[in-house]
Amino acid sequence: MKAIKEKHSLLMRWTHWVNFPVLAAMIWSGMLIYWANDVYTINVGGRTLVQFFPQWFYNALHIPYRLAEGMAWHFLFMWFFMLNGLLYLLYTIFSGAWRELAPNRHSFKEAWQVLLHDLHIRKTAPPQNKYNAAQRIAYTAIIIMGIGSVATGLAIYKPVQLYWLCWLCGGYHFARILHFALTIGYVLFFVVHVVQVILAGWNNFRSVVSGFEVVEEA
Amino acid sequence: MQHANHKKHKPELTVQQKINRRNFISFTAFFVVGGAMFGGWKWLANAPEETPGITAGARRPLRRALNKTELFFRRIFSSSHPVKTYPKSRAAKRVRVNGDIGIDDEGFNPQQWQLTVMKGPEDALQLTLNDLQALPKTELVFDFKCVEGWDQVQYWGGVKFTDFIAHYGLQEQAKKQYVGMVTPNGEYYVGLDMPSALHPQTLLAYEMNGQPLALEHGAPLRLIIPVKYGIKSLKRIGTISFSNERPPDYWAEQGYDYYSGL
Repeated sequence: MKAIKEKHSLLMRWTHWVNFPVLAAMIWSGMLIYWANDVYTINVGGRTLVQFFPQWFYNALHIPYRLAEGMAWHFLFMWFFMLNGLLYLLYTIFSGAWRELAPNRHSFKEAWQVLLHDLHIRKTAPPQNKYNAAQRIAYTAIIIMGIGSVATGLAIYKPVQLYWLCWLCGGYHFARILHFALTIGYVLFFVVHVVQVILAGWNNFRSVVSGFEVVEEA
Repeated sequence: MQHANHKKHKPELTVQQKINRRNFISFTAFFVVGGAMFGGWKWLANAPEETPGITAGARRPLRRALNKTELFFRRIFSSSHPVKTYPKSRAAKRVRVNGDIGIDDEGFNPQQWQLTVMKGPEDALQLTLNDLQALPKTELVFDFKCVEGWDQVQYWGGVKFTDFIAHYGLQEQAKKQYVGMVTPNGEYYVGLDMPSALHPQTLLAYEMNGQPLALEHGAPLRLIIPVKYGIKSLKRIGTISFSNERPPDYWAEQGYDYYSGL
């Protein structure tokens, strides 16, 4: 018989879906800003492997010569990003939901087994509650990355008044690199996340909108 | 009359009905809120531009947000937070030149230059470079930060703005809220809030790397204000004035934040 199994709280669903357009706006406006000094590359053995970003990419997204506009958007949406993130963090800490989220001492070993299972190398996946070990690590990492983006962002936004934060982030120059690298991290996370959600199927996806999963009960 | 007092008993919902009901409510809310967000985004992206004035070139709500954010960060501003300084050996030998707006006129002669300080509407002070060099010299090696995103450790020397204010008895003028600085040809101009201008590391600089300023770096006298992006560090100061209204600012007219404080 079908039964309803509660999965995600309303606050988790709300902050998840608010974060999506807000982070999109931050990444887009961030690119408008980055373009004005687009010096980052990935070099291996003296050769440039990846250039952030090629001209065709900028042109396709209409990025060039929009620094002022980018800053105006970025410094408005940063408030939404921070408030939404803060709301989520406070909820997760005080509701105890972090217990289902934070990796435990088994997670790193189990995450490897999850990976092998997902790649169809291993037949069984380790037992799990709400999140499996790989999810615990990935979702906790993305929250730490969010905190990192706020910290490095504030460090390069107010490096004089928040000098201690700037120092903590390795100085102005390095903080800008970190801020950029974290953003690339989000994009990579997003790609894997979307693929996993598609593979996991409708029941799983719906639970992040409706809050529950439908399970078969004897 | 038989059924008058007979309350209807709602039948217990089946599991499938509960599922359908919750799905319906959740997805309706999801699409309504999502649609509202999309609408909000469209509204913001197509919002009318502000009426050109002291600031211009930004969409109205975004300008309002910049100004509100300025008010927030002004509250945490403290002139007792110094900009990090470096040893002279760390300073760049080839100092980046990023623009020549306001200093590109032919035949400018730094020898004939004079600084005009507007003490009042009809009360101007004329100063030569020698006058300023007679004041105590302050040197500063700091990480210059451009609004574009690059930064460079640079070594500047000149008169502390606070020393300049004290020496020329401009304490009354310094009680006003803003300082304005303009190039001699009037083509580049900046407005600075007084707390930032009076930050102890704000310099009227006449030296770079221990040498007199080159023309492209703003000879004979330029502003170095480390608590702001480089767009505020005006090259070749012609006139300094004081006011309670925001003075014109070149980049604030191009959509940039007026405050631009770090």
